[in-house]
Amino acid sequence: MSAIRSVVVMVLALIAASTLMNSFYTVNEIEQVVITQFGKPVGAPVTTAGLKMKLPFIQVVNPIDKRILEWDGSPTDMPTKDKLYVSVDMFARWRITDPLPYFLRMRDERSAQSRLDDILGSETRNSVAKHELIEIIRTTKDRVPLQDTSLKNANNVVGMLLPIQKGREAVEREIFAAAAPKVGVFGIELLDIRFKRIDYNQSVRPKIYDRMVSERRQIAEQFRSEGNGEAARINGNRERDLQKIQSEAYRRVEEIRGEADAKATEIYSKAYNQSPEAVNFYEFTRTMEAYKSIITTNTTLVLSTDSDLFRFLKGITGKDSPPVDLRR
Amino acid sequence: MNWRSPREITLRTWQLPPRFGFWWALLLVAVLIGVWSGLYTVPSDSAGIVQRFGEYIKEVPPGLHIKIPFGVDRATIVPVKRQLKQEFGFETPGAMDPYQGSRDADRETQMVTGDLNSALVEWVVQYRIAEPLKFLFQIRDPRMTLRDVSESVMREVVGDRTVDEVITIGRQEIEVDALTKMQALAAKYELGVSIDQVQLKNVNPPKPVQESFNEVNQAQQEKEKLINEARRQYNKVIPLAEGERDQRIREAEGYRLKRVNEAEGDVARFSAVLAEYLKAPEVTRRRIYLETMQQVLPMLRSKIILDEQGRQILPLLQLDSEKAGKP
Repeated sequence: MSAIRSVVVMVLALIAASTLMNSFYTVNEIEQVVITQFGKPVGAPVTTAGLKMKLPFIQVVNPIDKRILEWDGSPTDMPTKDKLYVSVDMFARWRITDPLPYFLRMRDERSAQSRLDDILGSETRNSVAKHELIEIIRTTKDRVPLQDTSLKNANNVVGMLLPIQKGREAVEREIFAAAAPKVGVFGIELLDIRFKRIDYNQSVRPKIYDRMVSERRQIAEQFRSEGNGEAARINGNRERDLQKIQSEAYRRVEEIRGEADAKATEIYSKAYNQSPEAVNFYEFTRTMEAYKSIITTNTTLVLSTDSDLFRFLKGITGKDSPPVDLRR
Repeated sequence: MNWRSPREITLRTWQLPPRFGFWWALLLVAVLIGVWSGLYTVPSDSAGIVQRFGEYIKEVPPGLHIKIPFGVDRATIVPVKRQLKQEFGFETPGAMDPYQGSRDADRETQMVTGDLNSALVEWVVQYRIAEPLKFLFQIRDPRMTLRDVSESVMREVVGDRTVDEVITIGRQEIEVDALTKMQALAAKYELGVSIDQVQLKNVNPPKPVQESFNEVNQAQQEKEKLINEARRQYNKVIPLAEGERDQRIREAEGYRLKRVNEAEGDVARFSAVLAEYLKAPEVTRRRIYLETMQQVLPMLRSKIILDEQGRQILPLLQLDSEKAGKP
């Protein structure tokens, strides 16, 4: 009797406990909740966190993420307007702002992701096909690149950025503007869509590399020619400076020697020309000096007894006459 | 109840009906588990975020803390003070953080520059979790988002630059530019992280092109070499020539000095002699003449002295002085 009673009490307590447990639910900070009653949403979605109450068993809790969610597109090859095949990888951030339509039309995130794949993927394709590659590579329209000073006069292709009309950010905004309303109907707010990677397709790469190689070769060639040119210039300078120095030296030397000779001449003539006696004496002494060097051991001298030296050979009185002959 | 003596417990348990003791033991275990699981430690480099029934209630500092157990309170430890980093295009082995290393290094490094060239860029982003609430509750998978942001921004920045800027001259500017853009996007996505630094690591041209980049460097060296060689030749010749010039000029100056001094010496001597000569011209003249003759004539091989009247014998003389003079 008491055993049956206690079993009944225990069963009732269990039922009461599970009913109580089932009428409470928690909402995390990161989620919002749609309550459904027999599959049909009832009441407004619960967006605040904490312990909440509901009808037990009849109502079901459907948690939906409240955070900013990711969408990471897979890399896809697509052509640009200038017929270059590039592999484009996008990413977007989105948020479920309106849980009811989202819950009704998507049920779960997997279908939402695949819907985003479709919409964002096709908008990306559209936009990329409408623009040239450079438009989705570059961003700032009038950016002036830094240039290697040694390459400054290379030519106008190397070290320059290609001009753009819109730029990457504008294209991203275009894609965003086209896609945002399309996903809006699902209760999804698209926050942002950006290019993550844009890369040359495998088939395009060799051509790009070839171009880079030729560009580099051209720069290398320029360096070499600059080197040779500069060296030639320096050699020219060397030759010029050398000639200048040597001719200067010659000029200066001749000037100095001329000065010296002039000065010496002036000194001599001043002294020798001071009086007729001086002229006479100079002539005499100089002639004597000259004899000393002109008459050497190999000379035969024929002298007359009329000469001043030998006139006394003829007689003591002598006669006044110069030497007769002088031969070498 | 008095639980003080273990013996008493066994005694009592043994004495009481078995069912009764089982309930008490269960309760005891439950309380112990409850207290044990209610204790938690927050490490010194972290903060604890406590949620009650899913709702955020507080942030606790490092130390030992207690919470309501059995899933009512939940504490999440967030390393707010730790410097974290993410690597792109390469991976340091042995990293604890699964988000640190590169996912697909090859794809991550490949970039297109603003002159439609290609470059391989490796970089590192240093960050901290600055706002743990945002980090936990505002965004799902914030670290992966940070990776996406970082890749996207780096490509945007590189896409605005020439390959030369990316590889050599513009590195610092890229770091600064990427950092500001990443910070702006992190704020926009409410990542709750503060990005402290962006560092470029290896930046290279693609493998097939590297050789031609090296060729440019070589050519640059070659240019320097050619110029230096020419300068060497210049330096070898010009200072020497200048020295020689100075030498020749000095020699000429020496010649001038010599010439003038000699002239002055000659003149002085001449003037001195002249002064004496003027006193007795005739005698002096004769004396000089005779002295000279005396000095000169002994050197002669042969002397022929003719008389005025014997001039006709001259043709008969054998004038072979040239032949005889030779040894």
